[in-house]
Amino acid sequence: MATVPISIKPGDIAQGSSAAQLPVKIAAHDLNFYYGKFRAIKNVNVEIRQNSVTAFIGPSGCGKSTLLRIFNRMYDLYPGQRAEGEVILDGENILTSKNIGQLRAKVGMVFQKLTPFPMSIYENIAFGIRLYEKLRRPEMSERVQLALTRAGLWDEVKDKLHQSGLGLSGGQQQRLCIARALAVNPEVLLLDEPCSALDPISTAKIEELLFELKKTWTIVIVTHNMQQAARVSDFTAFLLDGHLIEYQATGTLFTTPSDPRTEAYITGRFG
Amino acid sequence: MERHFEHDLEELKERLLWMAGLAERSVHQAVQAVFQKDEALATRVLEEEKAINEMQIEIDDRVMQLVALQQPMAVDLRFILSASRINNDLERIGDQAVNIAQSALRILRHPQVKPYVDLPRMSELAEGMVRDSLNALVHRDAELAKSVLVRDDEVDHLRDQIFRELLTYMMENSAVVFPAFELVLVTKNLERIGDHATNIAEDVIYMVAGRDVRHLAADRR
Repeated sequence: MATVPISIKPGDIAQGSSAAQLPVKIAAHDLNFYYGKFRAIKNVNVEIRQNSVTAFIGPSGCGKSTLLRIFNRMYDLYPGQRAEGEVILDGENILTSKNIGQLRAKVGMVFQKLTPFPMSIYENIAFGIRLYEKLRRPEMSERVQLALTRAGLWDEVKDKLHQSGLGLSGGQQQRLCIARALAVNPEVLLLDEPCSALDPISTAKIEELLFELKKTWTIVIVTHNMQQAARVSDFTAFLLDGHLIEYQATGTLFTTPSDPRTEAYITGRFG
Repeated sequence: MERHFEHDLEELKERLLWMAGLAERSVHQAVQAVFQKDEALATRVLEEEKAINEMQIEIDDRVMQLVALQQPMAVDLRFILSASRINNDLERIGDQAVNIAQSALRILRHPQVKPYVDLPRMSELAEGMVRDSLNALVHRDAELAKSVLVRDDEVDHLRDQIFRELLTYMMENSAVVFPAFELVLVTKNLERIGDHATNIAEDVIYMVAGRDVRHLAADRR
């Protein structure tokens, strides 16, 4: 079973030795996932640590996005897709959980494609909150401001809250989506290629934001950009063909990977 | 399809080995200049230092370019960092060879203190360490690199023995103090060459196995 190594070598200090002491937030056991008859995730065992950034890397089609989407049961939206095994979040198996709405509030998600709603910046945030809570206007405004502040967007939008969210730049739109996910007080934030549509400056802002966000939340990120995984994550999981090949402290995985397939992938010799 | 990056890595390795060849030859010529009182050979070592220094700069530049432009990972990153450190060690080996050559030029104005017995053994040992640490690099051979680490103790042992002997000569006859003192310096330079070979061997182990064995006791390496 691939778990985070308990003993961390001095070389790992820079990248999350303290994270290794953190409690497990999400634990997947013998997880399998099917798109119809096709098995996309194969017996994956993985533990996601609280208040850390965990990155999933691997070539296209390796199952990294599929694995991420299991964590908030995004697949429920599609017929013919099913998961087997268990995914324990705070002691509860989310695969058998009855309250999907509550699960999605607890486990927020941000996508590669920029998905602001065609409404004002303010309403983009308030819309999600109203699904779960009835708030009076001053309280709602406070919550909107808090979410935008946490996503590092408040200063840039505070004077145009009632303008359309679609008028923002790409990087701002993505931070608006992050604010929207944070507004409902989640515990876990899933990010699926959040920067692949962004320019380097916007990417750097999102990456910096992750360092702030992990103090409060548990973050799992799927990225094609290995340098990004190396920069922002505390732990990295390498997937290949639905298998979890290697799971290590990020500082270890990118300098001294233990599996030759990981080595070949991160040095660009295949994939 | 061979990637451009692989080609660059191979070139870096070739340049490093070329520099290693220069450093090795300098050491050999410098000690031979001492043993054979060969002024021309010693002078050649001084002249060839320039080539080693130029190589050091060129290799540093290649390392910088590869890190900046290719963002190497894992074994590639370890190789490039090791190459950078080995580059410095080779340049220092070249400096030690120059020191020995300068001693050779001063010694040859004096009668020989004593027959050279331990000093050739020590220089053979140190040169062998340099050679094997680089063979270990070429063949990615961590075992050969480990054998270099062990030999460093022998070099240190010979240095102590030579120091004691030279001290005895100097105490007996103050006329030999000048050439004997130069031989003390040569001995010290050879010991330093052994240390640099040890560094190179440690870097090779890091590159091949990903283990940092610097400053570890022999049994934990």
